Amino acid sequence: MTRSQKRKVFNFFMKLVGLLSLALALIVLLSLILDLAIRGGGRIDMDFFTSFPSRRAGQAGILSAWVGTLLVMLITAFLTILVGVSAALYLEEYSKQNHPMTKLIELNILNLSAMPSILYGLLALGIFVHYFKLGASLLTAGLTLSLLVLPIVIVSTREALRSLPSNLKEASFALGATRFQTLYYYQLPSAMGGIMTGVILALSRAIGETAPLITIGALTYIAFLPQSIMDPFTVLPIQLFNWLSRPQAEFHVNAAAAGLVLLTLTLALNLIAILIRIRVRKSIKW
Amino acid sequence: MVENSTKLQIKNLNFFYNTQQVLKNINLDISEKKVTALMGPSGCGKTTLLRCVNLMHELVEEAEALGEIVLQPQNINLLGLDVDPLWVRERVGMVFQKPNPFPKSLFENVAYGLRLRGMKNQTELSDRVEMALNQAGLWGEVSDRLQKSALALSGGQQQRLCIARALAVQPEILLLDEPTSALDPISTAHIEEQLSEIKKTVTVIMVTHNLHQAARCSDDTVFMLAGEMIEKGKSQKLFTNPQDKRTENYITGRFG
Ligand SMILES: Nc1ncnc2c1ncn2[C@@H]1O[C@H](COP(=O)(O)OP(=O)(O)OP(=O)(O)O)[C@@H](O)[C@H]1O
Ligand SMILES: [Mg+2]
Repeated sequence: MTRSQKRKVFNFFMKLVGLLSLALALIVLLSLILDLAIRGGGRIDMDFFTSFPSRRAGQAGILSAWVGTLLVMLITAFLTILVGVSAALYLEEYSKQNHPMTKLIELNILNLSAMPSILYGLLALGIFVHYFKLGASLLTAGLTLSLLVLPIVIVSTREALRSLPSNLKEASFALGATRFQTLYYYQLPSAMGGIMTGVILALSRAIGETAPLITIGALTYIAFLPQSIMDPFTVLPIQLFNWLSRPQAEFHVNAAAAGLVLLTLTLALNLIAILIRIRVRKSIKW
Repeated sequence: MVENSTKLQIKNLNFFYNTQQVLKNINLDISEKKVTALMGPSGCGKTTLLRCVNLMHELVEEAEALGEIVLQPQNINLLGLDVDPLWVRERVGMVFQKPNPFPKSLFENVAYGLRLRGMKNQTELSDRVEMALNQAGLWGEVSDRLQKSALALSGGQQQRLCIARALAVQPEILLLDEPTSALDPISTAHIEEQLSEIKKTVTVIMVTHNLHQAARCSDDTVFMLAGEMIEKGKSQKLFTNPQDKRTENYITGRFG
């Protein structure tokens, strides 16, 4: 074989390996969706969304779970945007770039994003539940999950700010803008797409988290809707887990149906993130 | 009014990046409502000198400017420690080498500086935007698409938009750093024509590599070399009868 023939064979081989592994991943995902749809799809109707969980599998629904998930996500989004974006702005625009303190913070953020989520649950149990006496409430859940996904938002916000051309920042300063005005009038609006993508990806991570919420003591059976952020709650993945751990097969059908809802929500969030990214990419023409 | 009153006096200006000295003892008077061209070989410090005037150098941590840049008639040393950079940049506008419009509409680009200063009244904003676009010679081409994105303009139009953006806040001095070096000859001609209009109200300092441009549209020309000011004079005089041998060499293309 000549050298170019060898290269061709090798290229072909690599392409094949790549395609096969891609196909494998897609097949696993598709069969998961299909499996859930076949087993749980028939269970999804209006009643499923408007009923509380029940001891009778046929009457049980996910009302408290999806309301809980929605509320926890809203609190998480609010806290994450507030703290995550401010932290990123500080690190990117106000901190001294090569200061040891800045380096330490950056290192910490990287470490945090690699920490197992259950440790966040333990941390929250100690600080929010016991020390601040917030209980196993919606607020505690929101605080815990936003801690968990803060690194994602901080990193993506910094990336978004950094990808803006620096000569436009100069243009803003040259017009007499302060640092804050430059952020407010130019950088934030221009980086909004990237920031929102990060926030949504963070939420799609948070929406499926179960371990830290179980750790802080979220209930698995709730037959009422929370009235304030200090009330106990449950969320979709916990409801799912609860049904799955029952021996009766009817409950497993419910679990599949709840899984389908959760998966749809996660995929929808990811889709939104992708759409935003495409739009942003189109609008950038420097 | 005095014909040749001085707008800016640069006195003993020395400039450093860390320990590297980029400007050496510059002494220079800029005449009011004239176009002063700064020329010299690449790296001689033209941009640096320009950026000192609106304190853009303060954004670079390792940069230090020593000396005085006195704005007249206020008689204020811009490099003084008690001077607010924002106050300076309100009076000294700047246009960069590469057109750099914001990813916003034409209108919002020109109105940017006005909004920073808290102008909210829509008619007032519109008037100022139109005035600035007229001064920059762009109004006729874009008056029907002010709400469209500035990024859809041609390079030459973008640069005139940037000039309009700087003029909208009615500065006393306009700094142009090689404003036409990224543009085609026709766009360049457009901007050069507009200079005579602009200098009716504003003092212009323009860096250029193009000797013809300096000769064509400036009143005074300053020649710099390796951080030093070699010669300053009326443009016609400097180009036809330079006093310094080095200026002559540069003009006749023997180096640079
Ligand atoms: N941010 C910076 N940090 C360190 N040194 C710098 C910086 N900016 C410029 N310099 C140095 O200062 C000197 C003068 O640069 P300047 O940009 O003022 O030259 P110039 O005359 O405008 O050149 P050109 O015609 O190529 O634009 C150069 O030696 C350059 O390397
Ligand atoms: Mg330069």
